[in-house]
Amino acid sequence: MTTTRGRTLAEKVWDEHTVRRGEGAEPDLLYIDLHLVHEVTSPQAFDGLRLAGRPVRRPDLTIATEDHNVPTVDIELPIADPVSRTQVDTLRRNCKEFGIRLHPMGDAEQGIVHVIGPQLGLTQPGMTVVCGDSHTSTHGAFGAMAFGIGTSEVEHVLATQTLPLRPFKTMAINVDGRLRPGVTAKDIILAVIAKIGTGGGQGYVLEYRGSAIESLSMEARMTICNMSIEAGARAGMIAPDETTFAYLKDRPHAPQGADWDAAVAAWRELRTDADAEFDAEVHLDAGTLTPFVTWGTNPGQGLPLAESVPDPERIADETERFAAEKALSYMDLEPGTPLREIAVDTVFLGSCTNGRIEDLRAAAEVLRGRRVADGVRMLVVPGSMRVRQAAEAEGLHEVFTEAGAEWRQAGCSMCLGMNPDQLKPGERSASTSNRNFEGRQGKGGRTHLVSPLVAAATAVRGTLSSPEDLD
Amino acid sequence: MEPFTKHTGVGVPLRRSNVDTDQIIPAVYLKRVSRTGFEDGLFAAWRSDEHFVLNQQPYRQGSVLVAGPDFGTGSSREHAVWALMNYGFRVVISSRFADIFRGNAGKQGLVAAQCEQADVELLWKLLENEPGTEVTVDLETKTVRAKDFTAGFSIDDYTRWRLLEGLDDIALTLRHADDIDAFEARRPSWKPVTTPQTT
Repeated sequence: MTTTRGRTLAEKVWDEHTVRRGEGAEPDLLYIDLHLVHEVTSPQAFDGLRLAGRPVRRPDLTIATEDHNVPTVDIELPIADPVSRTQVDTLRRNCKEFGIRLHPMGDAEQGIVHVIGPQLGLTQPGMTVVCGDSHTSTHGAFGAMAFGIGTSEVEHVLATQTLPLRPFKTMAINVDGRLRPGVTAKDIILAVIAKIGTGGGQGYVLEYRGSAIESLSMEARMTICNMSIEAGARAGMIAPDETTFAYLKDRPHAPQGADWDAAVAAWRELRTDADAEFDAEVHLDAGTLTPFVTWGTNPGQGLPLAESVPDPERIADETERFAAEKALSYMDLEPGTPLREIAVDTVFLGSCTNGRIEDLRAAAEVLRGRRVADGVRMLVVPGSMRVRQAAEAEGLHEVFTEAGAEWRQAGCSMCLGMNPDQLKPGERSASTSNRNFEGRQGKGGRTHLVSPLVAAATAVRGTLSSPEDLD
Repeated sequence: MEPFTKHTGVGVPLRRSNVDTDQIIPAVYLKRVSRTGFEDGLFAAWRSDEHFVLNQQPYRQGSVLVAGPDFGTGSSREHAVWALMNYGFRVVISSRFADIFRGNAGKQGLVAAQCEQADVELLWKLLENEPGTEVTVDLETKTVRAKDFTAGFSIDDYTRWRLLEGLDDIALTLRHADDIDAFEARRPSWKPVTTPQTT
């Protein structure tokens, strides 16, 4: 990514981590600062190391947690599903054998891998962060270059602490203006994905910029970067600023004393130069945004909540029209139905997208003094044990349980339903997670992606709603 | 990894765009700790429909999948590649692949051949009109052939070279171990470690 003109943030981080420039068609070799590991995508990688007799090069840059499979109730008991249990036990054995720090189920630092990295202060500006999980893009909120990898690459990083990669293209997502009350980071990113499409970001690192992004908290920035992959992007980034530094200061793994000053000085350089050029640019006016929900089976099939289910007949592009027809058939929706009239069975508040303390606070504020509608089940799953602990210290768990919601232990839970938290066939959810794919939350389940505010209001009314719709 | 030069097998038309990795293999099938046995989970939800293409003869024995744009979006699960290969697929043809899927395919020896959408449409028609038509994918010449149909495909040169040679990525990288050592020696000391550093 070396050029004579100014460089983008992504190009700077890339250049700083280039161990070796590739020659000709050969990729660059990029150093990896932090490798996050979980139970689902790692067992075959550790097996590969054993087969080849290779050690983990840098266990001290590696950290593991149990999140995808873990139950969110009765966590003191052995995992009931023997296959899930084997996978978790395999991670424990591998971490012990290769000397990797692990936060197992029940541990105070356990949680979703993308929640605990930032929480521990391990995710810092300008780093390269990888994990065998596509939502690794979350960590880009700190100005890190963070991206999901497959299991072969997990093995590669364990063995070499590097990855051979060809430079990504860069795309600026400029979001200016002031968000209206009730409009959140989730609405911004759903609108971005609807605009550029699920393939619009392919091959790109997205850099979110502009006044609306700068005004967001770190947790909101994480929500945005988290879903970069849903636009097909390799990663999403936001330049670090005072908000970033304030979040990191005094976290367990943040630099201390003179190291902190040196780090902040380096982090301040992590901005796209004024004369840098992006390969593509997109503009969005934050002031025009309203709560956004999905109606279809990919995250790009979304609309403002005030609109109605679209009519595929009116979609000009043949492939998109066909996809919309399939989606409506799967979702059992009729064109023209107002989105606000869609009734749900389940509301899921949680995930690496919206399972942090601010998300729980926002939803609790809506639920305080209200009840979850009859016939609706609401699951509240904190993103980590620390988030759970913080919520309980503030009494949020009581707000949820008094409203009739279930207060659970930390994990990925119903975002992907690898544990028992699943939709039944034909059930419909409003979910603060990141994917509305067919069967994602359980075979035959139907998912509408929403913000925590919309999730809470939907739980109260029983149909897709925003807090404005409540009495 | 076995070298890949040329493959001929029954083509399977999958007329869907945005085939995400949750469709290729749902999460409940990801719990194995091996790289094998994932064929049961391949397109599990769709295969419960008797009309699904892989439930039809002669497509059932297919080894060249021809899919719509944006194949392999979503989750980074390499299990999607293992499931396709465990089932017997050696090639997927699409006009656009998700980046992580394409990367995973290249590591495992599954050829992700990118063709023009117009060529995908022609192949679909051919495979639907004459079920069982064999498709030949030649990695050396980067061409797809079936009956009278011929088209080029693209794949990045480095991945192509590695597939043709059947080379292990990690071994290639470890040739540059000195460069990695040198890089580590100049990393700032304040970069975080996950464990207290042992001296």
